[in-house]
Amino acid sequence: MKYMLCIYVDESAQPAAAVDAPHQMSPAFAAYVEALRESGILVGGDRLKPTETATTLRVVDGEAQVLDGPYADTKEQLAGYLVIDVPDIDSALSWAARCPGASRGTLEVRPIWE
Amino acid sequence: MEKHNLEARAAAEAAARQSYGKLVAYLCARTHDVAAAEDALSEAFAAALASWPEKGVPERPEAWLMTVARNRSIDVIRHRKTASASMTELEQLFAERQADTGETLPDERLGLMFACAHPAIDAAVRAPLMLQAVLGFDAAAIASAFLVRPAAMGQRLVRAKRRIREAGIPFGVPGRDELPARLDGVLEAIYAAFAEGWSDPAGTETKRRSLAGEGIWLGRLVASLLPEEPEALGLLALMLFAEARRAARRGPAGDYVPLAEQDTALWDARLIEEAEALLRRAGAAGTIGRYQLEAAIQSAHVARRQGGKTDWPAIVVLYDALAALSGSPVVAVNRAVALAEAEGAEAGLRELDRAAEDRRLADYQPFWAARAGLLAQRGDGAAADAAYARAIGLETDEAVRRFLQQRREALRR
Repeated sequence: MKYMLCIYVDESAQPAAAVDAPHQMSPAFAAYVEALRESGILVGGDRLKPTETATTLRVVDGEAQVLDGPYADTKEQLAGYLVIDVPDIDSALSWAARCPGASRGTLEVRPIWE
Repeated sequence: MEKHNLEARAAAEAAARQSYGKLVAYLCARTHDVAAAEDALSEAFAAALASWPEKGVPERPEAWLMTVARNRSIDVIRHRKTASASMTELEQLFAERQADTGETLPDERLGLMFACAHPAIDAAVRAPLMLQAVLGFDAAAIASAFLVRPAAMGQRLVRAKRRIREAGIPFGVPGRDELPARLDGVLEAIYAAFAEGWSDPAGTETKRRSLAGEGIWLGRLVASLLPEEPEALGLLALMLFAEARRAARRGPAGDYVPLAEQDTALWDARLIEEAEALLRRAGAAGTIGRYQLEAAIQSAHVARRQGGKTDWPAIVVLYDALAALSGSPVVAVNRAVALAEAEGAEAGLRELDRAAEDRRLADYQPFWAARAGLLAQRGDGAAADAAYARAIGLETDEAVRRFLQQRREALRR
């Protein structure tokens, strides 16, 4: 079964990314993604830019409303996601527990419709 | 009134902690209905909280709770939960009368534990079931400790209890011929509970830390009720050895400290002595087993506090015996590490390669950390780096992750 691990973290509490390479994952995170890949369960995933770059849109009565900022202004924000293919939810949870994001923030584990 | 209330609440909670399992075990010993016993008991606790603040805490709270719960459980069986939670005047009088007669409860907890760890119960749910039935942990707390969805854990527990009732799983200590095999299930479940608590070395998560404590508590209970069983004593010794080192597992800044670098002054000498005494008592019986061997390995490790040195060849021999008993890949990894200490990195790596034939080790962090360490010793930097990366990616503990990261970076210097 495929599961999406949504990684929520407090952006303000994040360690400042390396100035010269802000797009780079932390070594711990890179190792985690590598372990997923080596185990043959990684389907995909991405890291998102901070919510200050987010734009929100919805159409109300046929008119588009575009707003600066994230969908919900919460303390912890979606910072990235991973999609993994594992036998069951227990296995998904044990992999979620290994994600460095789980020690710093919160992981939401959601099964994907297939 | 407020003070009274607090007192009553405290008395109910103290009674809950001390006698929960005893009360559940006694109530379901004949009915085999764990869920009904828990329901009855929770109603008895609710009744106590409603009544004690006004009328005062009875002299023997446990007996009071027992009587009310027993009446409730008859009610529950009769009406299947249609009974109201409020207590009639008559019932209360009856409860007080019964509580005054001074009957002591027979301790049926061991029987309950054997039922929870029965071979007909799914092995994965035995430890959770024991934590709930004997100690009163709720499903949500147990689910977090075992990394399972709370709703799913709740369902598994309900299903297991139904199975106990409907499959006629016996309550009680099995006969001599059956005892060793059945006791194994009980000990394994206790150790699983302990290990879940132990895996939070910093003890930052109260829920988990207390799980290690509860495992020891259950271990003490079994050892005291079956004082002649060497494996029951062995398991308790094993848990106490591990617990004795808890404070040394983290540095002042919360950093992970590996066993070899731990400050032995931080080890709890009292617990170590208790564990050593248990292990000696177990050894006197003359039948070796998994827990005695594991405890003996721990004992060899803590011997460092006196001599300053670890007898690695002796530890290898103990692991040999353990591997012959269990054939577990985890044992094979530990054995390889001990062998490397005794005979050098090459010997250890050879053993690890052999162990790696078991595919389960692919996701096992200590396997990769051990491999990385030995490859680094051999001077194989690139392979060590890759193995460290794998270990880091598999670790759940932030402090251990940092520690492995430091080792990995040290390779590049």
